[in-house]
Amino acid sequence: MLTRREFLKRAGAVTAGATIASVSGINIKPVQAQVSKIKLQVKEGRQVPSVCPYCSVGCGMIITESEGKIINIEGNPDSPLNLGSLCPKGAAAFQLVENDNRPKEVLYRAPHSTSWETKPLDWAMDRIAEKVKEDRDNSFIEKQDGKLVNVNPALASLGGSTLENEWNYIHAKLMRGLGVVNVENHARI
Amino acid sequence: MGSNFAENHPVAFRFVLRARDNGARILHVDPRFTRTSAMSSDYVPMRSGTDIAFIGALINYVIQNDKFFKEYVVNYTNAPFIVKEEYQDTEDLEGIFSGFDPDKKAYDNASWAYEREDPVEPEGEPANLSERLAREKLAGRPKRDETLQHPRSVFQLMKKHYSRYTPEMVEEICGTSKEEFLMVAETVTANSNPERTTTFCYAMGWTQHTYGVQTIRSGAILQGLLGNMGRPGGGILALRGHANVQGATDLSTLWNSLPGYLDMPAKGAAHDTLEDFLRDKMRPTSFWQNYPKYLVSILKAWYGDAATPANDFAYEALPKTLGNHSHYKMFEEAYNGIIKGMMVIGQNPAVGGQNASFHRKALGKLDWLVVKDPFLIETATFWYEAPEVKNGSVKAEDIGTEVFYLPSTVFAETEGSFTNTSRLLQTKEKAADPPGDCRSDLWFTYELGKRLKELYKDSNAKRDWGFNHLTWDYEPDVNPRFKIQEPSEHKIVKEINGYDVATGAPVAGFGDLQDDGSTACGCWIYSGVLPEESLNRAANREGDDYQYLNWGFAWPANRRNLYNRASARPDGKPWSERKKYIWWDAGKEEWTGYDVPDFAATKAPDTPAVPGGVGLAAQSGKDPFLMNPDGVIQLFAPAGLADGPLPTHYEPPDTPVSKNILYPEQTFSPTAVIFEHLPNNKVHGANNSKYPFVITTYRVTEHHLSGAMTRWLPWLAELMPELFLEISPELASELGVHSKDFVTVETGRGKIEARALVTKRMRPLKVEGKMVHTVGMPIHWGYSGVATGSVPNDLSAIVADPNVYIHSSKAFTCNVKKGRLPGGVV
Repeated sequence: MLTRREFLKRAGAVTAGATIASVSGINIKPVQAQVSKIKLQVKEGRQVPSVCPYCSVGCGMIITESEGKIINIEGNPDSPLNLGSLCPKGAAAFQLVENDNRPKEVLYRAPHSTSWETKPLDWAMDRIAEKVKEDRDNSFIEKQDGKLVNVNPALASLGGSTLENEWNYIHAKLMRGLGVVNVENHARI
Repeated sequence: MGSNFAENHPVAFRFVLRARDNGARILHVDPRFTRTSAMSSDYVPMRSGTDIAFIGALINYVIQNDKFFKEYVVNYTNAPFIVKEEYQDTEDLEGIFSGFDPDKKAYDNASWAYEREDPVEPEGEPANLSERLAREKLAGRPKRDETLQHPRSVFQLMKKHYSRYTPEMVEEICGTSKEEFLMVAETVTANSNPERTTTFCYAMGWTQHTYGVQTIRSGAILQGLLGNMGRPGGGILALRGHANVQGATDLSTLWNSLPGYLDMPAKGAAHDTLEDFLRDKMRPTSFWQNYPKYLVSILKAWYGDAATPANDFAYEALPKTLGNHSHYKMFEEAYNGIIKGMMVIGQNPAVGGQNASFHRKALGKLDWLVVKDPFLIETATFWYEAPEVKNGSVKAEDIGTEVFYLPSTVFAETEGSFTNTSRLLQTKEKAADPPGDCRSDLWFTYELGKRLKELYKDSNAKRDWGFNHLTWDYEPDVNPRFKIQEPSEHKIVKEINGYDVATGAPVAGFGDLQDDGSTACGCWIYSGVLPEESLNRAANREGDDYQYLNWGFAWPANRRNLYNRASARPDGKPWSERKKYIWWDAGKEEWTGYDVPDFAATKAPDTPAVPGGVGLAAQSGKDPFLMNPDGVIQLFAPAGLADGPLPTHYEPPDTPVSKNILYPEQTFSPTAVIFEHLPNNKVHGANNSKYPFVITTYRVTEHHLSGAMTRWLPWLAELMPELFLEISPELASELGVHSKDFVTVETGRGKIEARALVTKRMRPLKVEGKMVHTVGMPIHWGYSGVATGSVPNDLSAIVADPNVYIHSSKAFTCNVKKGRLPGGVV
């Protein structure tokens, strides 16, 4: 069997043998945590290398997944950046995943409405694409002050510093491709 | 300075503590006594917003006391360069530089230029477009005086510029005692020499000012004079605040740039054709001479076969900026109805933007808004949960915005890489499918693009030509483990890395990129991350105890310490055995050391600059700062800055003092951008008796930004449940306030409430003969989520630095009263 170090070193490794999740990943409910004699449960899971999504230090994490569910997130002791430790935010990252406050459906608010309605994802994607096209077609500026500018002034995009490089790249490309100049992320603020 | 390292980057701060335990001195200069202060060797208080006066005085101390690193300064900085006779300093013009146009509130920098020798005619024919354009712009070499005595040498100009930045002036402006200042000056200078290096760590405390860029430059100038750049343990280190703010800047979701710090073409500049644009951007005596290779390679990546030499590689398809489109301008355009639709993906401007209530007004003017986030954040709920809706002054029925809320994956449910504050790319893998209709941001953007491609496919309109030819194939590499398939990370990373157009094989690095259309590359600085189809170096996970070159991939070219050639003397030998890092191996005739050398690998230290040469040929074997013109640190910046070639102390737009005592005619930065025309956005000016206290805003370790990723997590909400205002015991006693009492905080922009936290951590400082009180408040709260409260960002004004349009949230003024808002926070 591979050691964890060898396993995590491999780019794209997703086929490991079973490893054992630590105690902190199992008894997640506060009520259970208060039980004085914690009954140690051992659950086998697949370990996946990850990176903390909060500040910019880039602490290494190990996520344990079992039967399609994430059951534990902890610091990666092999990372030279954090040597296994996490701050309170990183240590709470499990609640980003498992959280009753997480909506799981698309919500839609019609103009002037006072309530949300749930909508199918496909419907929303189609409608957003139509809105983008409609505004672009109505507002597009090919020339201004005698100069070719090819600008779509009606659309703006905000965000990116909390999102992956791959998204930032293709999103910037799509926006420029549509003639959008109003593109910003948190780097400004 | 300018950061609370222990609180906001606690896991990295452990290495600072290790250094302290090994004998390093840690100094914390800050308006607040924080967790960082508590763990430092010494804490030195200062008034918020006066960093340039403090660092300017350090620069003056270094020059006056002959404490600069002479050999480094003469060889590696522009200190010997001679500036034109027309240049006039703030010392000559009472607080402004030559070239200022008061009507435009802007500088013409022509008089800041160097005096130059006659240009040398280059030999032979140019090899490519990049070389041809560089030759067209090549000027003579700057004149130098290596004795540093010429009255118009950069060194002498700096000496004069900072001559009145004395310890006594620091006491008056910053409120820091002369003794404390001198302790810092002596510690820093004693620790900066061939044997030792000093580093400055900063964050938003340095950047978020109307002169933010100049504050950073102050640090860079000081470190240049002390010989601390490009050496191990040196530098000025930006502690960035988001997991991927670095990557988002690099790649780039910012209005003014294309990936890899290339600029967007602008309507207002001579950018009509590709060559016009490249000629304007060409910097002939730096590595940026390669600019055309990187832009043409982006165009090939984006427009594929449709990008040809005959059509300028589809350059015209790129939009040209029409003016400034930065964050605050964008919200102004939304407010004015020019922007109709907005997609907010992973950001929360309804509470996170400065003068947040203005942001909510602007959101309410949009036709439609997409909010994509894992939780129902305030930007999605503003139309029914914002304080102005809850208190009845705005009715939800009157807000016409059509709102789409799309639930998002979180980091563990999607793959991709983040670039950390050290430019280190690290991949993370998808661990599980997201619940329900939650989808990744990558999925959203790819699917939106596919739908739009379908909608536009039959258009023959000229303006749709670019979009119809945009390459857009990132179909998933199906992973049978998951039900929801992600767009192909591999295809995207390969495009970012670059590839040979003819063979499709990845390029090994940016050295392979060409300006003739034979290579495609999405982001040149990331080139080398995927040198082979099956090797993503961002997924390397082999650590070690020093520079861990096999852990992740640091751009550019996996270099961990930029400009590291400066860690060696001009002759290529290490400055000292103790600070040995990169050096010239005369036997092997190459640069070697503990990092990837940031220099041409086999360019010997005694290589002369080629007369008439361009790019790196214009720089000699001893010029380490190869991205800069002429290969040296620009202590004085002849170009590139909107607010002057040397950092100068000005007061923030809201200031407790009556004037700038260094330049009484010029209290505020003459080029600061004030959005006075926006509703409800008045600045307080100098010594405004309605708003007598300084307020500074900040973060706590248990929350992140606007709280979007923390206030919905019960664990974190419980750890840090409620908004508070830190008040000194002296001020609390004046106001009759005790800890846990409610206080109301008011500015010309807004009024909010919080619990008082009376603490000696806040201390009044004597400035202008009076006691100036500073209060402090974390920024994280808002009206939705598990932990809710007033919106601190309702208090600040929209004002901006003229270079990068960052706002001023660290030093503004307010009033504080005991008691709650009428009705409390709703």
